[in-house]
Parts: sequence; C-alpha cells; structure tokens
Amino acid sequence: MLARIQLNDDEVSRLTGQLDAIVDNIAKVSEVATADVAATSHPIPLSNVFRPDVVGQTLTHEQVLQNAPDAADGRFRVTAILGEEQ
Amino acid sequence: MAAAKLMDFDKALELFEPVLGFEVHVELNTNTKMFSDAPNPANEAYHAAEPNTLIAPVDLGLPGALPVVNETAIRSSISLGLALGCSIASSSRFARKNYFYPDLGKNYQISQYDEPIAYEGSVEVELEDGTLITIPIERAHMEEDAGKLTHMGGSTGRIQGAEYSLVDYNRAGVPLVEIVTKVITGTEHRAPEVAKAYVQAIRDIVRGLGISEARLERGNLRCDANVSLRRRGEEKLGTRTETKNVNSMRSVERAVRYEIQRQAQILADGGSITQETRHWHEDTGTTSPGRPKSDADDYRYFPEPDLLPVEPAAELIEELRAALPEQPVARRRRLMTEWGFTDLEFQDVRNGGILDQVEATIAAGAAPAAARKWWTGEIARLANAQEKDAADLISAENVAALQKLVDAGTLTDKLARQVLEGVIAGEGTPQEVVDARGLAVVSDDGALIAAIDDAFAAQPDVLAKIKDGKVQAAGAVIGAVMKAMKGQADAARVRELILERAAQ
Amino acid sequence: MSDIIRLDAAALAAKLASREVSSVEATQAHLDRIAAVDGDVHAFLHVNEGALDAAAAIDARRAAGEELGPLAGVPLAIKDVLVTTDQPTTSGSRILEGYRSPYDATVVARSRAAGMIPLGKTNMDEFAMGSSTEHSAYGPTRNPWDLDRIPGGSGGGSAAAVAAFEAPLALGSDTGGSIRQPAHVTGTVGVKPTYGGVSRYGAIALASSLDQVGPVSRTVLDSGLLHDAIAGHDPKDSTSLTDAWPSFAEAAREGARGDVLKGLKVGVIRELPDSGFQPGVASSFRSALALMEAQGAEIVEIGAPHFEYGVAAYYLILPAEASSNLAKFDSVRFGLRVTPDGNPTVEDVMSATRDAGFGDEVKRRIILGTYALSAGYYDAYYGSAQKVRTLIQQDFANAFAEVDVIATPSAPTTAFKLGEQVDDPLQMYLNDITTIPVNLAGVPGISIPSGLADEDGLPIGIQFIAPAREDARLYKVGAALETLLVDAWGAPLLTRAPQLAGGNR
Ligand SMILES: [Mg+2]
Ligand SMILES: [Zn+2]
Repeated sequence: MLARIQLNDDEVSRLTGQLDAIVDNIAKVSEVATADVAATSHPIPLSNVFRPDVVGQTLTHEQVLQNAPDAADGRFRVTAILGEEQ
Repeated sequence: MAAAKLMDFDKALELFEPVLGFEVHVELNTNTKMFSDAPNPANEAYHAAEPNTLIAPVDLGLPGALPVVNETAIRSSISLGLALGCSIASSSRFARKNYFYPDLGKNYQISQYDEPIAYEGSVEVELEDGTLITIPIERAHMEEDAGKLTHMGGSTGRIQGAEYSLVDYNRAGVPLVEIVTKVITGTEHRAPEVAKAYVQAIRDIVRGLGISEARLERGNLRCDANVSLRRRGEEKLGTRTETKNVNSMRSVERAVRYEIQRQAQILADGGSITQETRHWHEDTGTTSPGRPKSDADDYRYFPEPDLLPVEPAAELIEELRAALPEQPVARRRRLMTEWGFTDLEFQDVRNGGILDQVEATIAAGAAPAAARKWWTGEIARLANAQEKDAADLISAENVAALQKLVDAGTLTDKLARQVLEGVIAGEGTPQEVVDARGLAVVSDDGALIAAIDDAFAAQPDVLAKIKDGKVQAAGAVIGAVMKAMKGQADAARVRELILERAAQ
Repeated sequence: MSDIIRLDAAALAAKLASREVSSVEATQAHLDRIAAVDGDVHAFLHVNEGALDAAAAIDARRAAGEELGPLAGVPLAIKDVLVTTDQPTTSGSRILEGYRSPYDATVVARSRAAGMIPLGKTNMDEFAMGSSTEHSAYGPTRNPWDLDRIPGGSGGGSAAAVAAFEAPLALGSDTGGSIRQPAHVTGTVGVKPTYGGVSRYGAIALASSLDQVGPVSRTVLDSGLLHDAIAGHDPKDSTSLTDAWPSFAEAAREGARGDVLKGLKVGVIRELPDSGFQPGVASSFRSALALMEAQGAEIVEIGAPHFEYGVAAYYLILPAEASSNLAKFDSVRFGLRVTPDGNPTVEDVMSATRDAGFGDEVKRRIILGTYALSAGYYDAYYGSAQKVRTLIQQDFANAFAEVDVIATPSAPTTAFKLGEQVDDPLQMYLNDITTIPVNLAGVPGISIPSGLADEDGLPIGIQFIAPAREDARLYKVGAALETLLVDAWGAPLLTRAPQLAGGNR
C-alpha cells in the first residue's frame, strides 16, 4: 500500500473504525471550500527565496553513515529490491 | 526471456504511423545541488568523488533537514526554457512527488507538477541530411535527481536475482531540468533518426548554454522515449510504452526502431500493447518490460510546504534572454558558410560531434580545411580505436599547434601523425613531442648529401641512369635516403639534392 | 528544595551575572531536582551528561571577563523534536531510538551560542501527534499538578519540566497547540511565534506549513528572553522571515508596567460558545477579561465564522504533510530496521519497520494523510482544507481590522486523566479547537495562566492572538495581565502546585 506500513488484521480493524469517524467529521471542509476561494499553502506569503550557488560544509563520510542500520563498501546496504526503478 | 518477434521496419511503416514523445532529463552543472550546498557531482570538478562524500543533511533526508533552492539552478532553468522557445511562468512552484524507493532520501522527490517554470515551446532539429524538423515542447520543469543503487550478488548489476543493494546518495539532489515534448506525429520512417537528432539537439543547446556537462555516458543527459503506433487510416493514438534511460544517441535511435518493430508485430498478430515502462539493454539491443502501471503511480503530489513560489522578474528573464547564445541550427548554417565546407564535409563534422573542436581549432589559427581534416580523419580514427570521445583525446590548441608545425615544414604529414599520437599519449605539446622524440624533418643538407652519396655508392648504375636523363630512377635513391633518415626527411628536398648531385 | 530552582530564568540570570550563583551550581540544582522528581513526572527522555561541563565552560568564560548574553549559564530543557549533536533525538518514537544527529537544530545552536546549558531532551507525543503526551513511545509524562493527569501535548515534557521546576526554560514546538495547550494544563507560559519567526531547521517536521518552534517558561518575560535568543532569519529554512524583530523581553517589561491595557481592544470570538468549555475554564476566562477591562481594555465581540472548520481542515492538512514528512523513516539510512523472516524484499523490510516503529496515532494519521492526498480525493480533502485556511486567514484579517488582540481560553478543559481520551481520537482532537486556527493562519499566539478551575483546582490558561509579525504585542499584553493576576493571587500560580518531593505518588 501507498503508506508502506504492514498492518496486521487487529490493527486494521482498530484503525479503520476510528478512521471512518474521522473522515466523516473532516469532510465538512467541502461545505465552505467553494470554487471562488483560493488555496493557501503557506501561511505567510513569500517568494523567490534562493541560496547562492556556493559549496558549504558537507557531512563527513563517517557522519553520513553513523546512523546506518547496515552499510558496506562506504554505502548504505539494503536487502534485494524486487520492484523497479522509478 | 524469449526474444520478441520483430516486424520488418518498412512493413511496420506500411501498416502503422509511429507516434513519439520524449522526456529528457538534463543534469545541471551548478557548483552545488538543487536544494543543498553540497558539491554537485554533475559538475566536472566533483565527478570523481567517492560514494557518499558529497552529502548535506537534506540529501539523506535526515530528520529536521530542509531544502533551499539554488539560485544558479533557477537561472539555468530559465535560460534553458528560453532556448527551447518556451514561455517562462510568472509564478511556478515545487511539489512533492511521493513514492518509496531506497535511492530517494526523503521518499519523495521535489519536482514541479502543475506549475512548471517553462511551458509551450519548440526545438528545431536537423537530420543528418540537413532536413529541419520542429519538435513541439510541452514543458520544462525543475526537480532533483535520486541517488545511485548498485545491485550486488546474483548476476551483479541487475535488479533481478540480486541479493542486496548498495546506495550512494552523492547524486541525490543533483539539479535536473526535465524537458517534456508534446506528442510528435509525422516523422514516419525517419522516426528513429528524429529521436536521435532530438537528443542531439538538446545536447547542443545545453552545451551552448554551458549549463550541463551534457555527457550521455555519465547520465548528464537521459532520454525516456515514448513510442506508440497508430494504424493507418485511424484517428486514435495507440497505447504507448516508455523506454527508460537510454544513454547514447545511437541507442535512442535503436530503441525507437526496436519498439516500432516490436509493437507492430504484436498489433499485427492481433495482440495489444501494455502501457508500461521498458528498459533498454545496450548489449542485446532490445527492450524488456518494467513494472506495469499500478497504484504505486499515485504520487500524491502536493505543493512543497518547505519551499516558496518562484516568481522571476521580467527584467531577469530579459537579461537571460539577451545572453542566450546563437541557436545551434543557425550557428551551424553560419559556420558552414564561413568555413566554405561542402554539405558533405560539414555533415561529417556535425555528425561526428566535433563542431566545437573544429571551431576552436580554427580559432587557434588553423585553416578550416586542415582543422576538419585532423578531426574527421586521424583523431576520429584514434578515438574510435580507443572507444573515447574525440574531444577527450586532444585539445583544439594542440591540434592547431600541430598544424602550424606542418605548415612551417617542420613536420611532414607522416611525422605529424606520429606527433599526434605522442600528444594523445600524454607526452606534452606537439613541440615537446617533436623535441623529445627528435621527430623534426632533417633539414641539414650535409646529412642528406652524405646519405645520398652512400646510396649512390651502393647503387652505382643509378647515377649513370640519372645522368642519362632517366630521372625516374631517382626514386630508388630517395627511398634509400628516407630509410636512412628514418623517415625524418622532406622527400621533395631529397629529390632536389639528388638531381643537383647527379648534375655535378 | 533548593532556592535556585524556584528562580525564574530572569532572576537566575541576574544571579549568574552578579556571580552570586555559578552556572555549575544552577545546573547541578536542576539535575538534582530531575533526579528527585522525574521518576514521577517523566518529563525527560534523556538527561545531558555534558550539562555540567557546558556550565563550567560558561563559568570560566564569565570569570575571564567575557561579555555574555542575558541567558548565559541558564539551564534549558529541549523538546525531543529538536535534533542535537550531543544527545540522542527520538521525537518520541521507537523508530528513532538512539538516533544521533550529525548537526544541531538552528534553535539549539543559537541557544548554545547564547550560553544556555542543555539539560536534556523532553518527552512528547510521538512525532508531536497528540495533546496528552500519552502517545510517546517511551511512556507518558505526568502533570506536576496531579500525577494522574496528562500534562498536555505534544510538548507535555517541556511544560511539565518547567512546571515541576526541573528547568527554568524549555524549547517546544507548536503545530496545532503543542506549546500553548500544555502551558494551559500545567500553569506555565508558552508562545507560538509568527510562522517563520523562528527557524524550523532541525525541528523534525510534523506538518511543515504549521510547525513553529517557541519558548516555554514560568513567566512571560522568560519566554521573551528565550524568544529573543532563538528568533531571526535562518538561511537554512526557506520559510524563515527576514524581519528584524524587536526585543520580546523588552516588550514583556514594557507590558508589565501596565499602561498597554489602556484603550487596548480585545476581541472575543462570538462563535466560541461558553457551552463548549468546562465551567471553570469559561469563568476563569471571563474574570481575566474583566480584570483587563478594569484597567481600561475594551472587550469587543468579533465574528470568526470559519473557525468551526479549523479542526477539520487541520486534520486534513496535518496528516497529508505528515504522511510525506514521515516517509523518510524507512530503515535505509537511519533509525530502526525490522527484517521479517524468509526472503524479504526491501519493500517488506520498510513495511515491517514502519509497522513496528510507529505507534497507533502515527499510523492513523499517515493513513489518513495518504488518503487525503490520493488522486481521487485531493480536491475534496486537501484542496478544500487549503481553502478553509484562506477563509480563516480572512476571518483573522477582518477581526484585526477592529481589535488589537484576540483572546480565547487556551483549551476547552483542564487536564484530563491519563487514559481518558486515548482511545477516542476525535475527542482528543477537539482539545486544540482554539489553538489550531492560529497555526492555520500563521499568526502568533501566547498562553499564560489565568487561574485554577473551581471544580478541580487545576490550572487554566488564556490565549492571546495577534496579527502576523506582531509577536511583541503578545508579550506586552501577556505581561500586563500576568502582573495583574500575580498581584491578585499574591504569588505566581505555580507556588500553589503540589511540592513534588519525589517517590511519594
Ligand atoms: Mg518523467
Ligand atoms: Zn523527472
């Protein structure tokens, strides 16, 4: 599934019951969200916030891998991938 | 997997019209990444970095890290949009494209969705015979590249059968511009050639702008080719496939051709085309299916809350427009006239991808014909043999310097070729190679006369023949002298001296 | 109990500056207090082993005659949502157990630069999702006023640490009320700055367009001092404002002198009926307003017709952004990895890890957010919620055309009992009904103690809201009311909290 969480049956029934009630409740937003209302994605409007193209301090290789659950050959190691590259 | 049945190309074109579309990803060569101040491996200076050494917190998706947009990447993207004849959006914004994949540090890609920075343009592409075709552009949008996965165990390098994979996030966050064409019809039997020419055109444009290293073999330019077939006489477009990451010009051409033949056979056999991504295999020259479309394709795009809209000022757009270099097609027309090449000579240069080198060689002082001769001749031959780009073998300055030595009579053509090999082998400038190898023409008449006398002594009858007026007999002596000089003599001068000697 | 820990930050800072007390003494006093009471309160997830060294370093710098900032040497508790290099950071989640950040959050770096002493990391609802701190993977924090009750959330740890005198100051984060609602139920002060006023860099994101870091303290002035230290533009956060901020501590001092109430127009929202609030909360709110009115403030009724849609919009926007922000917890680069039996693919490992590593509330919101963003529902849910945001901003704009600040109760009820609402997410969500619109609009809000409820003797807070960028106004008004109330009570409210001797629950 999209959220990539493996739920067991117990969790599914517990969570979905509550989810239905929540979804019913929050669906009320569509009552006032008419076509003439603009959407707000940022509470304080700003634009053109840029950074100069100058190299800064990077993480050391040690810092990069310091929290890795598994690593080999200077890289992060994961089990086999069956899916496809995007 | 059994090889797909392919219909003969000409027969496929009788039954179907090929319809194309392209998505080309261009890696920008900015100093830093799209959203972090880590060095950009798509910049030549950082290309050779060790895995996981070009990393800022946001490139790994570390908790708490935030993206900040690279101003130069914005400028490059606008320039590219303008060069593609696009309109630049007065307001564009970033969005998150959500999907889980281990090469994606945040498990979303910051991209642009419904508000790209550039939209609606066109590109003129020139086929090998000089035919111009206009490719309509739908949009160009900014996004970030993903890291690199290496599949280990099993048949190493392939996903299938791999035991584990290793992830290097150096490439994560490299600035990309994705150029998306509209549906392209009417290319007919030239469809594969158009595909190649289009990628070439994009490469020429980004090189001209200087915004990308534009090396396909490094993935600086990556083409996804959409191909579908429309049955003759029908309006409706067919189902398309998307062949991913074809990483050379020639492969783009081959992949399109292959897909046309493969799809035609399936359709002719009464089958149907599955909408899917396909992978191009350079070794076998075939494509194989990737994953079909599924619910994983619901990318749940939403405006990136960590970034703000990009609203370039009209003055900035005009400044960048004014700084655009000459369009590649116009430039080629101009150079062809200036250099006085024939159509065929010019196509040789253009199709060899050495236009810039020839131009630079001429600028460094070589005559156009000589510059062309070097780059399409000996250098091309050596590049081919070494499986390298001609441009990587030798600089235009060294080629011009080499030609100067020839023009001055210091080198014969044959010697010059030896010097060229020395320069390519890294022995220094042409003059340094001449000095080190002692390759200059022997211009000391004394040495030549001594050698001539030796030759006459060895072949006494020859002198008599020449004195008799049988001048062609001199050839045998010239050969002997050149041999004695190890080729480092000007044969014309040797001939002159022989005749003088015989006349004494 | 040592007198040092009873000092508010400003008073402690004065003693540090005059060298009457050393930072090592102050830090040790707080570490002792933590050792004595945190077994009961459980405000801290981690106590900083380096705190005394940091304090000694400040003392040495002061001894060397160095000019130090106003809070130099003052201990600071840090919500575990903020990444720190010297201590683990978990955001209250099992999935980040033991995680070590290679960099400091900007607010942490600025606090260190200001000479504050990080005491430890405070407990919170997992990934800041909750209003009770019961959703922490490491067990709940308890309210120092009644250990059987919740300390609010998500920043229950920071509020409880300050209320229990384990720290004079704390950093919190507020997405829908996570600083102000805990302040309300613990009798402390909490400020949610204007969105962009304080850097979010290094604050583990819950909902990026709503999150804001802010101060937690026992007095309005102390919050102002901490806010001064952490505010200001950060080039690492694109949404950070470039404004030059006035001193919030100065604003609090000015407010404490009292004149600001004269002619101040205080808006009260017509659509927030008394009936939705616990009687003690409603009456405390009305008395506070009356006290202000007596000092010359004018109470004006204002309309905010779209506030009632705030909670619904919030519970679409937050899960949507959170579902994306929390996707990075996938077992590849950091955090927990759970490898199922057999021959698992990387997809299997990610799914199993996220199932084991996330608690129910986190899963619930991720699933909700994934759903709200999916192709067929975007317009009806996420898109509509963004429009509600516009409408709420308009409500605020209309209101602020008429009034200087808006006042509301900070939350509908006093602290409820642990476990009481944990299985009723909808009820839990309503705890933030008055704080949520503030985050949706990006404006600043403050909660200060207004009294104790008659029916249960538990603390109540009053919230003031100002227009965007007018945070200083909140400090003036908050400090003015605080002064009046403390005068009326004869001592700060927290002096009436139970003494936590430790071990006697
Ligand atoms: Mg694409
Ligand atoms: Zn792309």
